[in-house]
Amino acid sequence: MVERATRELFLGDGAAVGGGTDHLHVNLGPAHPAMHGIVRIFAELDGESVVKADVEIGYLHRAFEKDCEAGPYNNAIPYTDRLNYVSPLINNFGYAAAVEKLLGIEITERCAYIRVIMGEISRICDHLTCVGASAMELGAFTVFLYMIKAREFLWELVEDVTGARLTISYGRVGGVKADLPPGFDAKVRAAFVEVRQVLGEVHTLLTGNRIFMDRMVGVGALSREETIAWGITGPLLRAAGVPYDVRRAQPYWAYDRVEFDVPLGKNGDNFDRYLVRMAEMEQAMRIVEQALERIPGGAINVDYQGRAIDPAMYVDKGKQGKTEGLLLVPITLSPNLLGQDKNAQGRINVHDKQVVLPPKENTYGSIEGLMNHFMLVMDGYGIRPPAGEAYVAVEGANGELGFYVVSDGTDRPYRVRCRPPCLPPVAALPRMIEGQMIADVIPTFGSVNMIGGELDR
Amino acid sequence: MDGEAILARLRERLGDHVVETHDFRGDHTAVVARDALLAALALCRDDPKLGFDLLVDLTAVDYLKFPGREDGPRFEVVYHLYSVEHNHRVRLKVRVEEDDPWVPTATSLWPIANWLEREVWDMFGLRFEGHPDLRRLLLYEEFVGHPLRKDYPMNRRQPLIGPNV
Repeated sequence: MVERATRELFLGDGAAVGGGTDHLHVNLGPAHPAMHGIVRIFAELDGESVVKADVEIGYLHRAFEKDCEAGPYNNAIPYTDRLNYVSPLINNFGYAAAVEKLLGIEITERCAYIRVIMGEISRICDHLTCVGASAMELGAFTVFLYMIKAREFLWELVEDVTGARLTISYGRVGGVKADLPPGFDAKVRAAFVEVRQVLGEVHTLLTGNRIFMDRMVGVGALSREETIAWGITGPLLRAAGVPYDVRRAQPYWAYDRVEFDVPLGKNGDNFDRYLVRMAEMEQAMRIVEQALERIPGGAINVDYQGRAIDPAMYVDKGKQGKTEGLLLVPITLSPNLLGQDKNAQGRINVHDKQVVLPPKENTYGSIEGLMNHFMLVMDGYGIRPPAGEAYVAVEGANGELGFYVVSDGTDRPYRVRCRPPCLPPVAALPRMIEGQMIADVIPTFGSVNMIGGELDR
Repeated sequence: MDGEAILARLRERLGDHVVETHDFRGDHTAVVARDALLAALALCRDDPKLGFDLLVDLTAVDYLKFPGREDGPRFEVVYHLYSVEHNHRVRLKVRVEEDDPWVPTATSLWPIANWLEREVWDMFGLRFEGHPDLRRLLLYEEFVGHPLRKDYPMNRRQPLIGPNV
């Protein structure tokens, strides 16, 4: 009697009490330690196998698309950080690319390479997190710690460039916020040594590990046709053997000038997804190394450093009318503005006054620069693409990340739609887990790499 | 196939059902009549020359406050298609009037349309006729209104729900 009451209490309606054949309904989530975000899987169980499942999302909905309509074009950049918060740089650049397409402008060569470098570093962070967290849920806690250690090295690089670790807001329409810091090249190579070592260790720990293989091989598989029909892109599609990668199929930025392979799986199961992600990290590092060699512009120009003056003195001189030659005098910028001096701005940003804010030297030191600045930040002015619509796809860490932006000719986007790459696999999750054991839900859900910020927007 | 050839193929096979085609910044777009939408999508998917097997995105736009389009059909449902085999893209659109807000469902062609259509219903209040399970996707059932409509104000409060209200 006591036992019966306990089972009813803890297992709820439908608990298989009394030896009946009723199915058991189990909620995984919304908040569950093995869920990567807040999501609810409502599973109907027959014994230990999942008969039917329904996925409920939306717990992290923040009205991203509605918020984008409320402010000028560049205001949406911080919101895009919070879409896929594990690889925010790719979102930044993807959104900026969509607006650039609307405007019909081409970014500078150096900026294209910076976007490739930072995007690939983000991709490695994303895959490290995904593989590490899924391994942890299967009991391989060491792998998680190793991978987070590797991610830490990469986040330090991201912090060096953007000034932040997670909410980086580094992309801008027409360019990026700042140039790469001095010595970045060497830091990247040093970090990659560490990352490669970690990946090697993880390969030894996981690939071929009996416990890991038993839970990954043949689990959560989708056929090639089904994967396409469910609109799934990215590592999950490539694990099923389809060589679709936006970077390769429709190259953007500088991806047509670097060499890389598109790793493919065969079976479309969790193990192939793991292998594809592991291989993609190596490819991403390969891309970054090539891009660092080919990036034009070199290090930041330090010629004028001896004669630089501070901004307050610069403004005073301007007020006193001593403007002759003033624009040639560089300013000692605050460390917060590292990489945003005039020389750097010219290399990384589009030369279009109607899109990109002028360098601080011009804003402080000339009336034209000041007006230019105002014209871009005043309500009702700013970036005004012609009326029209543009869709841009970039390869996010989880697949094709698309931004569809509609402009009505004013300084605010009329509509911004983000095509979240992890929505299709989450939609297909019931299809992947139905008929499998309840324990298989965990690795399958891990391989989907649901990112709540992007899924729920 | 390049974008122009795709649009020409659609015009050839669908005739007058293609209301309008245009190309802006290299994005080729065909606007089709609602009656022919399913036929157009099926053609895109099954025609060997088009071969659009991937429904990349399905969304909608509310043109209520768009300069010059205030009086026209209020909504547009937008389909972004990609062909893995041929590596080309196209955008299909269908216009929907405010007082008759429905579109036939594409769930029979692509299973992913199920969730994407639920999201459009959730955000814009457009019904998808024949959809097997048209519930809200991101918001909760008690939510009043459809927030991505242009006449839904940013700062509107929702009634409290829950057991203690």
